[in-house]
Amino acid sequence: MADLAVQLGVLGAYLVVALAVGLVAYRVTSRDAEDYYLAGRSLGTVVLLFTTFATLLSAFTFFGGPDLAYRAGPEWILVMGVMDGILFALLWYVIGYKQWLVGRTHGYVTLGEMLGDRFGSPTLRGFVAAVSLFWLLPYVMLQQMGAGEALVGLTDGLVPYWAGAALITAFMIAYVALSGMRGVAWTDTLQGLFMLGVTWAAVGWVLAAVGGPAAATAGLAESKPEFLALGGGVYTPQFILSQAVVIAFGVTMFPQINQRFFVAKSARVLKRSFALWPVLVVLLFVPAFMLGAWAAGLGVAVPEGANVLPVLLNEYTPAWFAALVVAGAMAAMMSSSDSMLLSGSSYFTRDLYRPFLASDAGERRETWVARVGVALFAVLAFVASLFRPGTLVEVGATAFGGYAQLALPVLVSLYWSGTTRSGMYAGLVGSQAFYLLSVFVPATTVGAFGGEAILFARSYLGWDVALFGMLLGLALTVGVSALTAPAAEEEASRFTEGLSAD
Amino acid sequence: MRRAMRRNRTGAVWAPLFAVLVALAVPWFLWGDARVVAGLPLWLWWHVGWMGVATVAFYAFTRGAWDRAMGVNRG
Repeated sequence: MADLAVQLGVLGAYLVVALAVGLVAYRVTSRDAEDYYLAGRSLGTVVLLFTTFATLLSAFTFFGGPDLAYRAGPEWILVMGVMDGILFALLWYVIGYKQWLVGRTHGYVTLGEMLGDRFGSPTLRGFVAAVSLFWLLPYVMLQQMGAGEALVGLTDGLVPYWAGAALITAFMIAYVALSGMRGVAWTDTLQGLFMLGVTWAAVGWVLAAVGGPAAATAGLAESKPEFLALGGGVYTPQFILSQAVVIAFGVTMFPQINQRFFVAKSARVLKRSFALWPVLVVLLFVPAFMLGAWAAGLGVAVPEGANVLPVLLNEYTPAWFAALVVAGAMAAMMSSSDSMLLSGSSYFTRDLYRPFLASDAGERRETWVARVGVALFAVLAFVASLFRPGTLVEVGATAFGGYAQLALPVLVSLYWSGTTRSGMYAGLVGSQAFYLLSVFVPATTVGAFGGEAILFARSYLGWDVALFGMLLGLALTVGVSALTAPAAEEEASRFTEGLSAD
Repeated sequence: MRRAMRRNRTGAVWAPLFAVLVALAVPWFLWGDARVVAGLPLWLWWHVGWMGVATVAFYAFTRGAWDRAMGVNRG
């Protein structure tokens, strides 16, 4: 009981301090309405890198990854390596730098705005925004699920799952209501650095307690020898590649990540971030996921519905430290949720509300609509999170899969001036429809051509269905573009001419 | 015209290199290998080293090829 008081005290104090720092940071940096995203384009290397990185500092990383490593082995490190260390870095250049160049020349701040202008179609703009907002919901929900499971693990079930999820929802809404949703990039940076620090401290503490990495790994070799061998269990080559490719492409279309492609101060900032990316991936993921895997070898028992990380820390470190790690993770999740909701609301007001619902709404009304919208969105995600439709990694992967469907049509349009509006519609609508059906309609076996075929499955021959959706989107975009002529309002030169890095 | 040629040549050098970086980010040749070196699985050391290689390669790419490959004029 004394532990519970310490844990809740540390947790509550940390979250309140993080919220207060966020507010102060907002007050001292900028009062300008949408300055941070809209007028900005002024983020330096460290801040851009960390504010992008902060999106990785989500429940998916802190709690989902170690959980998967605990249940199935540490190979998830490799998945994240291919995905974030290499593929995402390359897409950072191929999609991100190109978007930066285009956005700088024409002043775009959202993906929908860029595509709508190039293809002369406000409907396309609205569609891209709507799809992005749709997939944002499971990702916000993921943070709430992560917080709920972490608190169950930390307090050994004394704080129920729903209370943890509700707590982070309340803080998200408080952030929005009090600060008016202006995410401040440098608090993301502080929290990112703090979490990187405590993750390593946690590894040091646990390893010191069990006698070093050799002893911890030896325990793993004894109880779960299959964890040390590369591959096996859920880790098939198809699974590793599907997850890595789908998530890497998905991340580029995430509202808060994609919007950051537009905000770098100079090309140099983008270049430095590009080269530093693999290093950060190693620094964060190796310790976090090895902790999960080692916990399996140390025989740490995780209660039903709890998360492994706090349980492990409770066993080997003092109660205050375990609470501090969880609080730090929750604060980081809160601040990344804040940027997600901020980007989401900018998609909503710029690409949907203003063009379609109220073109004459004043700025004050728009701000009000955005705040209420964000609060509703967070509550909706909270309600959905109570149903716990899957593990953290599963829910996260579903959301990433939805975003990944946008990536290839966008990529084609950025580089191939033969892309037409009809091609874009075919690719975007076709792949989204296909993926939505696969996610929401249960797999059905049907007789066809004398044999049997499975429709709406989540994977085929071990490959994730999101990958097939991406290929379908690519084929439709290229095929339909080749067969149709551009509409009169399209301006192919938007993405090719007048681009300059200086 | 000359710019397009330089762009193609830059792409021809870097594209295969990036392909190798992606392809070997998972050490497929260690599949099923459970050897432990210095307290960690051997394949995990490969991962750490490979990310280091990637950072060096990415840094080299930013020194010049970055804009050539995109066909952007500087200055």
